Amino acid sequence: MTPDAVTPEPVTPAPVTTGTVTPEPVTTGTVTPAPVTGTTATGGVAPDAVSCRGLRYSFGRTKAVDGVDLTVVSGEVFGLLGPNGAGKTTAIRCLTTLLPVPAGTVQVFGHDAAKERMAVRRMIGYVPQQLSADASLTGRENVALFARLFDVRRRERAERVALALEAVGLADAADRMAGTYSGGMIRRLELAQALVTAPRLLMLDEPTIGLDPIARTGVWEHITAIRAATGMTVLVTTHYMDEADQYCDRVALMHAGRVQALDTPERLKAALRDRRGDDSAPTLEDVFRDVVGGDLGASEEGGDFRDVRRTRRTASRLG
Amino acid sequence: MSAAPAGRPPVSAEPAAALGLAPLLTTPRARPGWWVLPARVGAMCLVELQKLRHDRTELYTRAVQPALWLLIFGETFTRIRAIPTGGVPYLDYLAPGIIAQSAMFIAIFYGIMIIWERDSGVLTKLLVTPTPRAALVAGKAFASGVKSLMQAAVVLVLATLLGVALTWNPLRLLGVAAAVLLASAFFSCLSMSIAGIVLTRDRLMGVGQAITMPLFFGSNALYPVDVMPDWLRAVSAVNPLSYQVDALRGLLLGTPSHLLLDFLVLLAAAAAGITAASCLLGRLAR
Ligand SMILES: Nc1ncnc2c1ncn2[C@@H]1O[C@H](COP(=O)(O)OP(=O)(O)O)[C@@H](O)[C@H]1O
Ligand SMILES: [Mg+2]
Repeated sequence: MTPDAVTPEPVTPAPVTTGTVTPEPVTTGTVTPAPVTGTTATGGVAPDAVSCRGLRYSFGRTKAVDGVDLTVVSGEVFGLLGPNGAGKTTAIRCLTTLLPVPAGTVQVFGHDAAKERMAVRRMIGYVPQQLSADASLTGRENVALFARLFDVRRRERAERVALALEAVGLADAADRMAGTYSGGMIRRLELAQALVTAPRLLMLDEPTIGLDPIARTGVWEHITAIRAATGMTVLVTTHYMDEADQYCDRVALMHAGRVQALDTPERLKAALRDRRGDDSAPTLEDVFRDVVGGDLGASEEGGDFRDVRRTRRTASRLG
Repeated sequence: MSAAPAGRPPVSAEPAAALGLAPLLTTPRARPGWWVLPARVGAMCLVELQKLRHDRTELYTRAVQPALWLLIFGETFTRIRAIPTGGVPYLDYLAPGIIAQSAMFIAIFYGIMIIWERDSGVLTKLLVTPTPRAALVAGKAFASGVKSLMQAAVVLVLATLLGVALTWNPLRLLGVAAAVLLASAFFSCLSMSIAGIVLTRDRLMGVGQAITMPLFFGSNALYPVDVMPDWLRAVSAVNPLSYQVDALRGLLLGTPSHLLLDFLVLLAAAAAGITAASCLLGRLAR
């Protein structure tokens, strides 16, 4: 990490007051997202859903994740944003215990992801980037397998599986082979697979990648509704800035293995507006461009290019 | 984090009730440690059975090869009487060998499924369930045994139709099932270990094809160890397939065999296979 890059502290989450800056869930309309309680039964403050300090991971000489600090507060929808290759998947795979944590610490609800793997796995539902349902099983069998793997007791199993399928709108298709499902249906089936185990933290890696716009909205509506109904924390990665803007309470902008800025979409946009000093209504994509110095990818024009060093300073001020 | 917001409003039960999700709000309690292995093995075997129920074609197509072995090779060599079998008709002598061989052929390509599951993200998700790697591998290994058992049953029926006098003693058949399961666990773990090393489907196909024939011919499946040259005897002595065939012959035909040694070797091989494959599975997760 270079000295002028993001320092650990600037990524402190600005306290989000629910209701004022939180986007309303689409389907439920009137229901504000209900984050889980901030205090535990013992009266102590509940640990953050995810607390990640100085996380690094390299594939050979590729520094996929290069010193990431972030905190996901219990009950929020947190978006990890960045272009392809930013390191989102690698970071999330460290959080899920799929990859070791070679440097830094990762805690999920206070449990160390490197040392208490089983405890961490029991608390998370993970939907990987690929469409990962087993095509040669029915939707119901796919969900029931995960109920069994998470030790859902036999007497509750059928009911829970049916409820999970119903919650994602797959009750009618439940006994069809998953191989006959559309992309959006498979994503929803994967949501049901996660939901049936009652995770406290749902991790979704690019849940809408490769889906048509209608399926994308459908997947998001189910995520928001489930989150509103269960109060679970959601950590989602995406490279669709508009989706993050619409559905996430807070976002971390990730680029080249680092978190460059972290706040609510509203504040990030407001900060950019202030910096520009005009009345334009910047989008989250504009913020991203500004923060990473226009270096979003090879195809980007240099028009928005700024000195990277200056941008980094901006990032740390922003964060 | 110092500034972590505390005191968020407690979650109300109402929205959950609205969606009817109330029963989904409680995280299932963990089972005691000893429960995990049998539970995961059971879950994986059930999945394998469900898949077989949805698509039985594999069961039928896989019956062709052993049928040809018994019909052509078996019938011919019974007539030639070229192989000293200790008084047993050659077809009878061959039947247990073909059961073992066809079960091995299924298991040895099981790693292809693991690679496919890796590429499709299924394995990734399995690795994030509260299942230790060894339990996951054991689950997969015995799930491949389910397929092998079906195959063994098909060959048993075929052999009986061809007039082979096999035992129908249920205890002995149970022993046959155990031997097939253990051997199949070993060979599928061998396959998963190779998958963990070579990492791609095509390479695994190549390696699988390269080792199946030596394993088959370097065993007592087709001919007794006594007629082998010394170097082949050495291969047979370290080949779990030979121990499986010996056990199957003893159980099905009642010929002299070394059941205790056979089962000890098969158990040790399965345990070693599961250990090796669990160590190498991590490479597929990267
Ligand atoms: N299994 C892997 N082996 C080698 N390099 C990898 C592997 N997975 C990811 N990478 C590299 O790590 C970087 C981050 O990748 P990834 O985490 O998948 O990004 P994202 O999910 O944001 O698109 C990329 O440069 C990618 O090429
Ligand atoms: Mg990715």
